[in-house]
Amino acid sequence: MDIRVQNIRKEFSQYPALHDVSLDIVSGELIALLGPSGSGKTTLLRLIAGLETPTEGTVFFGEEDASHRSVQERNVGFVFQSYALFRHMTVLENVSFGLRVRSRAQRPPRAEIRRRALELIDLVQLSGLEKRFPNQLSGGQRQRVALARALAIEPRVLLLDEPFGALDARVRKELRRWLREIHDRTGHTTVFVTHDQEEALELADRLVVMSQGKIEQVGTPDEVYDRPVSPFVFNFIGESSALSVSVENGEVWLGGRAVGLMAPAASAGPAQLYFRPHDIELVEGGGTGLAGVVAASRRVGGTRRVELEIGGQQQRVEIDLPFDHPAGQKSRIAFRPTRWRLYPAG
Amino acid sequence: MAIEPMIERTVLATGPKRLVASSRRAAPGGASPTSERPWVKWSLIAIAVVFLLGTLLLPLLTVFLQAFAKGPGVFLAALTDPDGAAAIRLTLLVAAIAVPANLIFGICAAWAIAKFDFWGKSFLITLIDLPFSVSPVIGGMIYVILFGSSSVLAPFLNSVGLQITFAVPGIVLATIFVTFPFVARELIPLMQEQGTGDEEAALSLGASPWQTFRLVTLPNIRWGLLYGVLLCNARAMGEFGAVSVISGHIRGVTNTMPLHIEILYDSYNFAGAFAVASLLALLALVTLVLKTLLEFRFGSELATGVRRH
Repeated sequence: MDIRVQNIRKEFSQYPALHDVSLDIVSGELIALLGPSGSGKTTLLRLIAGLETPTEGTVFFGEEDASHRSVQERNVGFVFQSYALFRHMTVLENVSFGLRVRSRAQRPPRAEIRRRALELIDLVQLSGLEKRFPNQLSGGQRQRVALARALAIEPRVLLLDEPFGALDARVRKELRRWLREIHDRTGHTTVFVTHDQEEALELADRLVVMSQGKIEQVGTPDEVYDRPVSPFVFNFIGESSALSVSVENGEVWLGGRAVGLMAPAASAGPAQLYFRPHDIELVEGGGTGLAGVVAASRRVGGTRRVELEIGGQQQRVEIDLPFDHPAGQKSRIAFRPTRWRLYPAG
Repeated sequence: MAIEPMIERTVLATGPKRLVASSRRAAPGGASPTSERPWVKWSLIAIAVVFLLGTLLLPLLTVFLQAFAKGPGVFLAALTDPDGAAAIRLTLLVAAIAVPANLIFGICAAWAIAKFDFWGKSFLITLIDLPFSVSPVIGGMIYVILFGSSSVLAPFLNSVGLQITFAVPGIVLATIFVTFPFVARELIPLMQEQGTGDEEAALSLGASPWQTFRLVTLPNIRWGLLYGVLLCNARAMGEFGAVSVISGHIRGVTNTMPLHIEILYDSYNFAGAFAVASLLALLALVTLVLKTLLEFRFGSELATGVRRH
């Protein structure tokens, strides 16, 4: 099911949560809404589900305007951050709930409901636990029950709010891979909310990076990682270092010296230079580059992260060196970013 | 009166089971830093027990002893006497109307307060507490002034032939007034803690609002609700002050059990008074037992509930 969000604005008692957000979700896609807390990602998810109504704007399910449809009519599978399992029902009763509450005309026979629920419990690898109550399950198991329950209604779209938020790191990684498998097998259009960039990069076909109620960038993980459109996205996705520089004659300048980075397309004036700590090369001898005094250095696994103070204003940047590189012992290092981006100073 | 429900809630929240567990942990050798010396411990326990014996248990025992002081014949006579039987019937009738009324009102109020934000919410919460802070006599008087023969409403009430004061409707109203915080007060914290997540889940799975209420909300609050109803019922049957003002003490017509007891007592029929009183005391005991059972059941649900993850 294609989903189209068009010029959505949402205000909570005068405080805007989303400003003019538009987004196209392609059928069968696994898409991540990524952003810091307060960026409006959960609000957007709840608007798609029909758990919130937009102040302005439209939500399309396929060609149909779903804006005024209730959450029941939208037929979405929603997995809540806290799972919201019904604590007085067994796993089997939880999973079959969505089928049992259907009107008589649409309700499958009892045996069929049971068969389908058991099939889903098997899909989420909880066979044998169908008689347990939610409080007799671990966090990861509850999460899977919640997913099976949402899948039971054969939803047009699967929406997950911070699906792995409450789990420990190891269970999280396992479930991540497993969710990808389930998605590939069932082919549901899936939207999930996360604040964990690693999760989003690994799991999603496309990312929607959000900040302060606006969409900053939409793209594949590679696009967003390699070509961030704004300092916010650069900063939020992956590691980053930033320097205040200026652009003159199509070249990057710092403290009155050209640093050897050509920027023919950039407009002249002050700018922000962004690069990733590992996308650098060292400049030996007298070549042009960014030179700095080592302020701190620490070993992180297989690399050495060096903090440099650069220029008269002593701006701090971080670069990565192999942990046994001789430059790690020096007090002064010159380098040049190999991949970098310039943003107008704001 | 205002403090009583709070104490009960504290016991609930801690859960009887955990109280037992923590005291057991402290027991071996009495080595825990917070445990007192043996003589302090035993004197504290003794004071508490003697106090309870003197003020609660002995009087309760006396009620039953006095009720049977002149033999079971007199006891039965007091209960089967037309006025006595009428009082028992009236009390049951009043409770049968007041308790369901407050059950419905309590759920509505708790639902509104716990699940929605609206202007004047804290005022509504204060208003619900009013009967706890006001003397029940005033509760009765309000209705006498409001519906009595000299009130503004009197001509209208007379024209439709509705007698409220010194009649059953007045007694029901006064009882509802006095008992309406019990259910609401019990449910509000429970529902606030549970939030709206389960309801949203049910709706997103296609359940209608009524199905959501019946299959999700109600089971989530069932023990708290039963607990509130139990206390509400005990109070409804035992209420004296408010009912006393509005009933008019018409024997066999507007006398509830507590009022009937007073009349019997005032006419020096001690055996009869205590016979009826023993019924009320029995009701209290049953309530107490059920309440304790519920606390065990409810406490364990609280302690292991999904709510806590």
